[in-house]
This record gives sequence, C-alpha cells and structure tokens, in this order.
Amino acid sequence: MNISEHTAQAHADKTVGEPLVKNAKMSMRGVNVFYADKQAIYGVDLDIGRNEVIAMIGPSGCGKSTFLRCLNRMNDTIDICRVEGKLMLENQDIYDPSLDVVPLRARVGMVFQKPNPFPKSIYDNVAYGPRIHGLASRRTELDEIVETSLRKAGLWDEVKDRLHGPGTGLSGGQQQRLCIARTIAVSPEVILMDEPCSALDPIATAKIEELIAELSENYTIAIVTHSMQQAARVSHRTAYFHLGKLIEVNDTEKVFTNPDHDLTEAYITGRFG
Amino acid sequence: MTSAESTIEKVNKNLARRYRAEQRFRLYGILSVLFGLSCLVVLFTDIIGKGYKGFVSTEIYLTVDLSSDDLGISDPEVENAFMQADFEGAIKRALYARLDVTDRRAKRALNALISSGASYALRDQVKRQPELLDSSHGFWLLADDDVDTWYKSVDSKSPFTGRLSDEQLTWLQTLDFSGELRTALNTTFFTSGDSREPEMAGIMGAALGSFFTVLVTLLLSFPIGVAAAVYLEEYAPKNRWTDLIEVNINNLAAVPSIIFGLLGLAIFINFFEMPRSIPLVGGLVLTLMTLPTIIISSRAAIKAVPPSIREAALGLGASKMQMVMHHVLPLAMPGMLTGAIIGMAQALGETAPLLMIGMVAFVVDLPGGVMDAATALPVQIFLWADSPERAFVEKTSAAIMVLLGFLFLMNALAVWLRRRLERRW
Ligand SMILES: Nc1ncnc2c1ncn2[C@@H]1O[C@H](COP(=O)(O)OP(=O)(O)OP(=O)(O)O)[C@@H](O)[C@H]1O
Ligand SMILES: [Mg+2]
Repeated sequence: MNISEHTAQAHADKTVGEPLVKNAKMSMRGVNVFYADKQAIYGVDLDIGRNEVIAMIGPSGCGKSTFLRCLNRMNDTIDICRVEGKLMLENQDIYDPSLDVVPLRARVGMVFQKPNPFPKSIYDNVAYGPRIHGLASRRTELDEIVETSLRKAGLWDEVKDRLHGPGTGLSGGQQQRLCIARTIAVSPEVILMDEPCSALDPIATAKIEELIAELSENYTIAIVTHSMQQAARVSHRTAYFHLGKLIEVNDTEKVFTNPDHDLTEAYITGRFG
Repeated sequence: MTSAESTIEKVNKNLARRYRAEQRFRLYGILSVLFGLSCLVVLFTDIIGKGYKGFVSTEIYLTVDLSSDDLGISDPEVENAFMQADFEGAIKRALYARLDVTDRRAKRALNALISSGASYALRDQVKRQPELLDSSHGFWLLADDDVDTWYKSVDSKSPFTGRLSDEQLTWLQTLDFSGELRTALNTTFFTSGDSREPEMAGIMGAALGSFFTVLVTLLLSFPIGVAAAVYLEEYAPKNRWTDLIEVNINNLAAVPSIIFGLLGLAIFINFFEMPRSIPLVGGLVLTLMTLPTIIISSRAAIKAVPPSIREAALGLGASKMQMVMHHVLPLAMPGMLTGAIIGMAQALGETAPLLMIGMVAFVVDLPGGVMDAATALPVQIFLWADSPERAFVEKTSAAIMVLLGFLFLMNALAVWLRRRLERRW
C-alpha cells in the first residue's frame, strides 16, 4: 500500500478503536479547525478520561498541535484560526461565546514545546499564575505554593538556593521543568503538553517522563509527542492523527503491539512519518 | 583535453579578480567613513575654535568709591534703596579718576568701554554685602562687547578694533599694560536670558525654554505614542483600516516639520487662542511631530517581544491587558525609551515649527514655566547668527556647543538605558 492509498483511506474512514470513554474529563465532538480557508482538523470525536495520560502521535503537520491548542482556546490568539464543533470540559462548553478564557486557562494549563520561562526570577515565574488569579492571600501562602510546585516538578532541590536568580539562567531541561512548575502552580485540572521534551537530552527527558507519571495521579494530561517510546512509556491511551483526521484511539499497549488500523501500524513501524 | 581548463584552474584565474573587487569594496567603505569623520572634525574645530571664547568675557579692574551720599542711599534697610542708587555714576567717576579724563567728549568715549550691565552687577554685589558701603573697593567690571572682541584678538596680527577710536585704544592699552584687563569665566552667559548687548546675552533663557518645550513633548508624546503602538500591535484587527492607519503614520513621519508648525499655528493659536511664544504650544507642536517616530519605534519594540512569552502568559490565564502590562511592555521598554529619546533629541534640535508659533521672540526674562514666553536653543542660535554685532559670532558658536552637548547627553542616555534595561531570554 503506497502513501496515496493511505491518504484515500484516511479520508474515507471513521476513527477506529475506542475514542469515547465513560465519565470523561473532556469530550470533543465533530471538531473542525480551519486556518483561513485551509482545513487542518476534520471531524474529530475524542474523549479524555479523568486522571488519564493521553498521547497524541502522528506525522508532522497532521494537526496534533492545532487540536491540542483547541482544548484551552490558545487558538484564539491566531486571527485566521476558526474552530467548529462541540468541546466540553466536564459540563462547560469551551467555545461558549460568553465564556471567559481566563478561568478556562486556569483550569486547563499548557506546557509548550520550547521552554519559555519569563525573563524574571525563578520565584516570580512560578508565582506569576497564583498572583494573577489571586490564589494566595499572604506571602507565606505564596511561598508554599511556589515550593510545592517546584517540588512536584522535581526542581526544588536544584533551585532552592537561587529562587531569586533568573529563570532564564537554568539549563534547557530545568527551564522546561520550571515551566511545568509554573503551570501546576495554578492547580489546573488538565495539563496540555506540546512536545515538552523535544528540546531536551535523554536524562532531562527521563526526569520529565517520571514527572508526568507522578502528575497523572492528580491531573489529566494530554501530551503530543514525536517519540513513540515516550508515548509508550507515559501514556494510558494513544491517539493517532493523520492529515488532520483522528485515525485510531486505543489503549497504548494495544496501539503499539497490535494496532487496529493499517495507517497506525505503518507509522509506528516507521514506514513513514 | 589539453585546451579545456579544470575547475580549479578556472577558479584560480578568477580568484585574483575577486580579491581585487573585495579590496575595492573595503576601500569604498573606509573612504566613506573617513569622509564622514573629517566632516565632523572640521565642524567641531570650527565651532569649538570660535565658541570657546564665548564662555569667557573681558573685565576691567576699577577702584570704586561707594560713599552712600554719592550713591544716594540714605538708609540701606529701606526697600528700593539700591534700586534708585546711582551705581552707574560711581563707576563713571572711578573710570574718569583712573584715566584722568575731564573733557566731556572724552568722558563719553570712556563710558562706552564699560558694559551697561556692570552697574547692575555692582549693585547686586553691594546689596549682598552692605558693609562695602562708604569706602573704596576694587572690582572687576564687565567690559563692553567691542572691548571684549578687541581684547580677545589683541594677540593676533591685526586685532579687531571695530568702533573703537584711537583714543579708546590707548586707554585700553594702558589698562592692559598695568594688568587691569582680564578675561574671566562668563557666568552671565550661563545664567541670563537674551539681551541686545552681546556681553549681557545668556543661553539660560533659551535652555529653560527648550527644557519646558521638550518636557511637554515628552509628557504628551511618550504615553500617547506607547498607547497607540500597544493598540495597533496588540488589539487592532488586521484589516484594511489598520493598514491605512499604518501607512499614514509612516507618511506623517516624513512630513517636513514646518508643516507641523503651520498646523500648530492654525489649531492651537488661531483656533484655541492660546498665547504665542509659549513652551506649551511649542511642546504640543513638537508632540505632533515626534508622535510618528515614537509610535513606529514602539511598535518595532513590541513586535520584537518573542511570541513564546505572550503564549506563556496567556496559557497561564493572564488576560490580554495583564500580558501587555506584565510582560510585553517591560520587555519592550528599552526599545521604546530609546525611540522616545531619539524623538526628544529631534524635538530639541527643531527650529522651523517653533518659528511658526512665535517662539522666535526676543525674550529677556527667564521663563518660569510652560506658560511664560520663551525661545528655544536652536531658535536662539538662529537669532544670534542673524545679529549684526561681531561679538554675537562667538555667542552663536558657544550656543551651538551647548545644544550639541545636550544632544550628546541625550544620545548617551539612550545608549545607557538600552544597555541597562536590555534583558536576554
Ligand atoms: N498559524 C497557522 N497558520 C496557518 N496554518 C497553520 C498554522 N499553524 C498550523 N497550520 C497548518 O495546520 C496544519 C497542522 O499543523 P500543526 O502545527 O497542528 O501540526 P503538528 O501535527 O503539530 O505538526 P508537528 O508535529 O510538526 O508539530 C499544518 O498543515 C500547518 O501548516
Ligand atoms: Mg506541533
């Protein structure tokens, strides 16, 4: 089967596997995303379960980032981007025009591909979210939030002596963990991660993967990754995207051992991607 | 294949030519830099060569008899006692006594050697030290501008004599010979306003006028410019209207400044009936002129803030305003300040629009605020350069030095601020 046949099949088929779960944290139905006139996501139905880590994989340009950014309306910042469909966070319609994105983004946090700490101190980076949302009424309370967040991100021991040093002075891996600490400081319910390890070395990557496993006890996590091993190591379920379509969703083990769809198999065995 | 050359042979053949071209290119660059530098050097030697004399003035030593009766001061405690006192007479008597002059005509010629401002300086000094009264004291008194010009050129081959008669020159030579002529730091130049008498004319009035004008300009144009830039960059939808606004802002930056002067005349003075010649109106006009510069540089600075920082803030749930206030503005501030200071330097050097709104008036008093009639440094230079008295030539150069000094200071401040505030990420 060559690529053009894959493509034809991708357009014809409906998602295989089990995209829907009971008692979902987030549920998306019939999501279409357009950049100006160009469609980037075609009719995606997907549920994300409570305290589950869902990995999104697929070839470059297939729309993983685009889909992920719909989940906390980060796509609003792109003028030409238009989102259709129903996206729910529990009982809240995410794209309800009357919804304020500020509390939404406090509930659904995001970690970006490139570490992007603010050019401020480590402390101020982590304290920024709690400050703008008014989560701490006293200084000691804020100190506590900063410490627990840094501990959860596995960064506390490395930075506790230089909390007021610049966040940009950390190594790439430390910066990414700082960004994770900054995100969990506002205690979101869902954390979206877009290739959080793509700029990191294997050791820093291992630390972050460990961290994801720990965080999944309390948070729901959606992670985009290009590393099949990473998806296999950290996630419970895996969603495979292809040319803007959601091809297959299944338990991670099944996806990597016995995928239902030919395209998924072709991708994970490295025949294209 | 004997006739065909290999690639490396072809390359080698061209190599010499390429090197020569490269060398020529470097030479052109060096020549243009040298040309610019030599222009600067010529400009500065000329200005400084003429101007440094403007910072000193010639004084004549006289022993003045300060008897209260002759001065007409009955009681030094009385208000106005010094205002009506005849210090001018006292100075004249001291002058006649020093040079043994009795003839009426000669007396008049002698009077012309001392500046009319000398008696005011003497009055102020005696007022500060009333114990000087009723005795004789020696004072260095300000000489007339013709004497000043002559004395400053006395060592050259053909000293400038101007309107000085031979008789006056003889007196001056006598005084010079006995060490009763000197040049001293010209404090008047730094502390007083304009005057018809070159030796009394100072730069302070114009400097204050410039200060108030630029202050008004800064206070208005910086907040307005930054607000406009933030709106255009962060909030405005990208459509035909904002494109049109953008094009027009760029066009405004290219409009000759005199047009802004005419606009200010029509709007602020004719329509709003504000007074002429005041720094407030000058500042408003220069605000119109510098706004485009500030908007353009602020927009560039805002654009340069990495999108990842904005995404980080928005992703944490910051509102747009919080994102702008907490992250974009602090990061863009060095660039915006640099732009603003460069705009202010432009405004400081601007003459044409100020001429249109009457800041070209002859103002003796130091302005005390934005509503007082004033002139500005470049306009003062224009006025002095236009004056017939020879002594104004060095004043003009001295004023140019002061103006250039301020401009250097402002540019240095811009560089320092940029270094200081610049943060890397
Ligand atoms: N800002 C944008 N404007 C226009 N088109 C865009 C924009 N962002 C993404 N796209 C297009 O949408 C499609 C999906 O892009 P997306 O970034 O979601 O891919 P991705 O799966 O995340 O790829 P990668 O793995 O390389 O990050 C691509 O065809 C891309 O060209
Ligand atoms: Mg992506």
